[in-house]
Order: sequence, then structure tokens, then C-alpha cells
Amino acid sequence: MKADVKPIPVSASAAAIAPGDILLSVENVSLSFGGVRALREVCFDIRKGEIRAIIGPNGAGKTSMLNVINGFYHPQEGVITFKGRRRHQMRPYLAASQGIARTFQNVALFKGMSTLDNIMAGRTLKMRRGFVWQLFRHGPARLEEVEHRRRAEGIIDFLQIAHIRKVPVGQLPYGLQKRVELGRALAMEPDLLLLDEPMAGMNLEEKEDMSRFILEVNREYGTTIALIEHDMGVVMDISDRVVVLDYGRKIADGSPDAIKADQTVIDAYLGVAH
Amino acid sequence: MNAKSPAADAGALDTLPKVLLRNAAQYANRPAMRHKDYGIWQTWTWQELRDEVRAFAIGLRKLGFERGDAVAIIGDNRPRLYAAIAAVQSLGGIPVPVYQDAVADEMAYVLEHAEVRLGVVGDQEQVDKIFSITDRLPKLERIVYDEERGLGTYDPARLHSFRQVQDLGREEMRVNPGAEGWWLDEIANGTSADVSVMLYTSGTTGRPKGVMLTHHNIIVSAENGNKFDGFGPDDLLLAYLPMAWVGDHIFSYAQAYMGAMCVCCPESPETVVEDRREIGPTYFFAPPRVFENLLTQVMVRMEDAGWLKQRMFHHFLAVARRCGEQILDGRPVAFSDRLLYRLGNVLVYAPLRNRMGFSRTRVAYTAGEAIGPELFRFYRSLGVNLKQLYGQTEASVYITIQPDGEVYSDTVGKPAPDVEIKVADDGEVMFKSPGVFLKYYKNEAATNATKTPDGWVHTGDAGFFDQRGHLKIIDRAKDVGRLNGGALFAPKYLENRIKFFPEVREAVAFGQGRDYVTMFINIDPISVGNWAERNNVSYASYQELASHPRIEEIITRRMEELNAALAEEPQMAGSQIRRFLILPKELDADDGELTRTQKVRRSFIAERYGTLITALYDGSKACHLHIEVTFEDGRKGAIEGNVRILDMKAYPVRTAEPVREAAE
Repeated sequence: MKADVKPIPVSASAAAIAPGDILLSVENVSLSFGGVRALREVCFDIRKGEIRAIIGPNGAGKTSMLNVINGFYHPQEGVITFKGRRRHQMRPYLAASQGIARTFQNVALFKGMSTLDNIMAGRTLKMRRGFVWQLFRHGPARLEEVEHRRRAEGIIDFLQIAHIRKVPVGQLPYGLQKRVELGRALAMEPDLLLLDEPMAGMNLEEKEDMSRFILEVNREYGTTIALIEHDMGVVMDISDRVVVLDYGRKIADGSPDAIKADQTVIDAYLGVAH
Repeated sequence: MNAKSPAADAGALDTLPKVLLRNAAQYANRPAMRHKDYGIWQTWTWQELRDEVRAFAIGLRKLGFERGDAVAIIGDNRPRLYAAIAAVQSLGGIPVPVYQDAVADEMAYVLEHAEVRLGVVGDQEQVDKIFSITDRLPKLERIVYDEERGLGTYDPARLHSFRQVQDLGREEMRVNPGAEGWWLDEIANGTSADVSVMLYTSGTTGRPKGVMLTHHNIIVSAENGNKFDGFGPDDLLLAYLPMAWVGDHIFSYAQAYMGAMCVCCPESPETVVEDRREIGPTYFFAPPRVFENLLTQVMVRMEDAGWLKQRMFHHFLAVARRCGEQILDGRPVAFSDRLLYRLGNVLVYAPLRNRMGFSRTRVAYTAGEAIGPELFRFYRSLGVNLKQLYGQTEASVYITIQPDGEVYSDTVGKPAPDVEIKVADDGEVMFKSPGVFLKYYKNEAATNATKTPDGWVHTGDAGFFDQRGHLKIIDRAKDVGRLNGGALFAPKYLENRIKFFPEVREAVAFGQGRDYVTMFINIDPISVGNWAERNNVSYASYQELASHPRIEEIITRRMEELNAALAEEPQMAGSQIRRFLILPKELDADDGELTRTQKVRRSFIAERYGTLITALYDGSKACHLHIEVTFEDGRKGAIEGNVRILDMKAYPVRTAEPVREAAE
């Protein structure tokens, strides 16, 4: 029909990095909380356009790693380079404005707001007009809102959640809430999308749906994705490269096939006396 | 309706593409189709629709389309798929709409049998399905898809987007000034005797058959349908039932073209209720199931409403039950009731109609299955002009139809315009009409078995005319049998009666050649689940809910009610249900237990659940069941468990009343 919407365009800043080049690199990162060493000298990189999985047994430091990338934790040692720029003081909102979006292990949506409003909230950082303009919803602010709504509708269509557009998310089943959360992260048009256990607590059908959406986000829009996941079947199916952590150390890094055959990884998962 | 009916100049309009040209000239800027896309209703006017169809048709020609080619149309209701039908017809091709939820194997049979050269499909799901069966389809050359998502990485060799094909067509029109004239000539070459569409019957028995309908069949039927209820350019309808079903093809395509009505396509199958509310169709069609679900939703929501609202709701529903139907039919009603009804309309009925999307509905039809009298009355008493019709693919829908003011829940109406009906000696209903199909594609034996040389068509349904001249359908003719004692056994009649209770979703009766009648019951998970929630009954699965002793109690009570009612009907008293069981699994089309239109496949079920039937007749109290099930994605699993069998008392037959010969 008449409306031609390209739902999620790649932002200009990331376009400078060609697919396959390193988007984010983690070098010798160590993080401790008091005596607990959550991460020890971890090195790996994420290339533009890939799906990168971070796996490991419970307590291996996966979520800590994600929080470091996201700027929520500050590593005591090590260097993180994003889009070719070395990071110094990092805060989550800075990470967000630089193009890193994330979802959470436990869904963190605005429960009383509708699906549409939650996704629109994901566009906050893209809104140029000030608070007063927005308040009166007038002139340029109005035009801007139309544009944002158009993008949000693109995401709603993409994630097939039109039927819950106006339903408060608190009323939705868990699988759909996860999908809305993904939608909100996509609304930021991120260069790097961090997914913390996107499939946790889902049934088989929901997992299959979510896997398909993750693959489609990656293929259609070239969004780089880093994900933590426990379901090995899913990880091996959808990711391009896998990094394995155990007790805060990186113990393996490579293609899913290589990881599956790696004896250290098998030991870590089956439990061997240390 | 004050807009002039477009029927007046139907003389030269003997094919639907010609009607499209007429509409584009006469109703150029009026809406032809709407579709909710990205949250906003988008409109195509008749002129735009013609341009879209033309570009697509010329594009198809560039891809090597030839007169007579069969084209599969597979997908949810979308303007582009309807446009594809018109484009194919404009080139003298034969559109073959296929049920979009059919699994690959079923689809392979139809596509192979119809010898389609081209598929126009909705989205990636359908493309994948067709790719998985291409080795069985040597004639299939190309696939055109509407929704581009997910298909970017596919090999483009035999795959085109709808837009690409249209671009081909537009490019051709730009470089070749004769292209448009060529297209108009192609349309002018079409005649009323050409095959307009081929629709595969859902196949309650055996493989689907391709019913060939000519433009003459379709146009006369659509025209009659429009005249009967006075539909015209001001009317609006929502296209949401499968495009492969004859009803959708006639209502949402043929009648819409003939009457220049506006057809709206929902955003997605899940948003139909909301979309209907936004659109407010003036003409609405649904099988009883849809009306039932809608009512269940309303009732469930009312349970959660405040005290005052509940009181008001129930009070005015009682008023509506008392006088609503009479007011709708224009019969005399006491002045006080009339006033109360007016008040109720403001406070309850109008908001309720709005909620359900019936605010502007002038006419609503239900067909396909018997509708519960309570349900039927509910809508009518609210002021929704709900009527019944009876039709078949072989008749281009219309066989009987209820005129305004002559609406009964237990009949399917009077013969539709131009339709002749007779009831054969064995009770089978036969008809003759301008809508009678040409033949079954590549199946002369079936054609000869269905169509007599002098033009009568066997419907396969048993029925009779009542005193009011209305037709009553009791069952499939071949399913009507006798019990060992000689009593009449009409399984569907019994099943429908028990299905009118909200707790029962589906039922299958057995009794042919047996001593007594027994039944399988499928509980309704929504209504029973809701009851369980309110009564603190906890359950983990459908299977567990279905075997709960309190649910068994409820169903047993309903069975008693049914038996008591049957005892009152002399012809049916022998059919009281003596034993029944509640199935631990929902009957499902994916397992082949239902047809795609959700009708039970009796013989298949009898075979599949043979052990249960044996147990129903050998007096045992329970039976072990192990059965394989297919999930929506084709994977297999199993359901296992013990099924309890429940015994019923039979009521003595009431013979005090003189036996009324219903069939006379």
C-alpha cells in the first residue's frame, strides 16, 4: 500500500565500520567485587554484523561481562574499545547514546504502559525536541512524533505484535513481554544489541519464535548482537561465534562447531575437579 | 441506501475484470479496498485498484503468463492477493485460492492437481512451504510474494516480489504505449463461459475436489446476493475468512465488485476483533463459532465488571430477550417494553454492538454449521440483524437464505433467488440454479455422481421443508442412519444439540448399526477453564482439565438435559445418549480429525479412536488411550492416559403427544 516504511535503518556512525570489522573489543578486562573476582583478564572481540554468544556455567561472569560492555560496571583493569574509540569513564546512558541497547534477564518493561508506549520510550534518545515542545505536542515536535511513531510501527510489524499494540505490557504473557522488550531495544536503532538470556523461561515454541526474530534482526538490518544464553541448542544454532567463560576466565572462543568439540568446555559444563 | 445500485447496467459486464473497469470509471475515487498497515488504515480507490491490477497483470505477462494458466493464491486476506485474482482473471487465467494454513502435504496435492504454473503467496512462511514440495510440482515455474520480509536472502531465480512484478508491468507500459490497450483487449476477450475461479472443497470425504465456477456462475450469484439485501457502494465489509473458501470469494470479492462495495483487510489474523470495531462493517459474515467466541468474551469480561454494570447489563438483556427480536422484525410490542428497549439501547445494546464491531451492521449472516438458538437470539435481540443461509461451493454459495422478518434459528431459510430445490425420496436435498458449477477439475466420475444430466445437484445433505416453507437441514445424507432397533440416527443433529452448551466445544456421536447412541465430547477450554478459575479447580493441562471429576459431573448434567429434550421429540427419542466419554485431546485439523473449515471427519475419528469406541459398547468403565499427535510445525508427540466412560439413564419416550410428521 502507500506507506513505505523501512523499519530499522542502520545509524550513520556505525556505517563507517564495514561488516566483519571489529565493532567492540575487550582486552584484559578484570572486574572484582571485594574479594570476588568476577572477570579475570578476559579478551575477545565482537565483529560488526555477527551474532556473538557468551556462554558458561552459572556464576561464570556472563552477566558481569554484559554489564561491563554496557557501562554499568567499571572494570578495574583492561581496555574496552567501541567503534574504534577507547572508552574511559562509561555510564549506561552514555553507552546507550553511543548505540548500545540491551534487554534484561528479568524483563524490565514499564508494566503499566502499553506495548506501543514502551517501544516509543525506546526512542527517547532519538528525540531532538525539548521537553516543552513535546509537552504541547506542537509544530516540529508533532512532526517528530509522527516519524517516531512510524518507526515504532515498523518494529511492531516486524515483531508481529500488532494485536497487543495497546495492551498494557503487565497483562501480557512472559514470552510476549520478552518480545516487547526486544522491540524497545530495537527502537534505539542500536549498533550493538545485548541480549541477556532472551530465551530464559520460555517454552519451545516461544524459543523458536524468539530465535527467528533474533536471526531476522541480524539478517535484515545487519544489527550486531551479543547474547547470553543457557540453551545450548539455541546458541549453537543461531550464533556465528561463541566465547565461553568459566569462573571469570575465558576458556574457549570460536565457531559453534569448534566449541562443541572443545574438551575444556565439556569439562567446565560437566564439572571436573579443579 | 440511497446510492444507485450499480446493477442497472450489468448487461455487458459478463466477467469480473470488466466489472473492475466499470467500477474504476464509475466509482473512481470511492474506496475499493482498505488495509490496516503499520497501524493505519490505508485505502485503495477503485481507480487505484485498477492501476495496481493492471501493472501486476502486465508484469505477469512479461514473465510469460498465458491464457488458461492456473495460479495458486495462498495467504491471509490482503489487498494484493485480491488484486492478483483480478489480474489473473483479466488475462484469462484461473486463480486457485488455497487454504493458507494447510500443511505442505495437503498443499502439494492441490497445487499438483490444479497444475499451477505460478503461485502468488502472502509471505515467507508460504514460500518455504512451497519450496519444501517443489519436487512434486514440476509445472510450477515461479512464486510471487507480497510480504518481502525475510526473503531478501533467497535465491531470486524463480522468486519475485509483488512490487517487482508491478514494476515490470509499469516499465512495459512506459516503453510500450500499446501495453494498456493490449490489457484491455485481453479483458474484452473474456466471456461469461470462461472459468472464473477454481475452489477446492475442504474434503470432508477423501481428497479435495477442484470446483470450477464460471464467470456466469459467480456474477449471477453475486448479483442475486446483493439484490436480496440491497448491498451497494455504501456498504463495507471485513475480509477475514480464508480466501480459499467460497464464501469469502463470493462476499469479499465477487459481491464487492458487483456492488462496488469497500472490502477491508485486517492487520493480522489476531487483530480481527479490534479491526472490525474500527471499521464497523455494514455487512458481516461469520460461522457460528465466531459469534460464539465473541459472546464468550463479552460474558467473561462482564464477570469482572462492577456491581452496577453487571446489574444493568443483566436487567437490560432480559428486556432484550423479551422484546428485542419482535422489535427487529417489526412486530407489535407493548409501549412500555418499547420504551425500556430504547433506554437499554442507549445504556447497553449500542455500546455492546460497538464493542463487537456491529454498530453499523445492517445484515449479518451465519452458515456452515447449525447455530445455537440462544446464541442466535442473543445477537438478534441486541438489534443485530443476524440471519442464516445455506450454501455450497458447488452452488456458488447460495442455496437457501432467510429473508428479513422470516428469521428462525432452526431453519436455513427459503430458496435463494433463481434457485429451485427438491428433496429426494431418501431425504437428500437437491438444487438447480444459475450458480451450479461447471464440473470438478479432472474428475468426471465425481462430477457425474454429483450433477444429474438434467442439471440437479446432489447436496449430500439430508433435510426437509417445514410448514413455513423453510428448509431444515438435519445432517449429511450419508451420515443419517438407523440404530439396530430401527430408530433414526442423525449424528450431527445430536452433536449440534450438545454443542449448544457452552462447555462443549466439539462432539462426535456413534450409533450406526449399534444398539444405542454413544458420544465423544471435547470440552471448551475457554469456557470450562474460566469456570475452573472461578471455582478453584486447578489443572495443569487440557488433558487434566478434561478428566476432572467435577467437569465430568457438569457434562453429565448437560447430557441429561439433552436426553430429556430428545425424549420429547418422537423421531429422536431413540437417539438418547447412553454412554459417553470426554476426550483428553482437542480434535485438531493438523491431526486430520477436523477439516480445515473445522468440521469433524467422522470416519477418520472412528478409525483413529477405535479402541475407545469398542470400550463404549463393551460395557467397560475406562479405557487406555495412546495416540500420536502432530504439532503445528509438523513435529510429532503422543498423548497417553486412561479415559473414563460415563453411563447415562434413558428417559422414557413421551408418546402422549401425537407424532408430528416433521418431514411433510
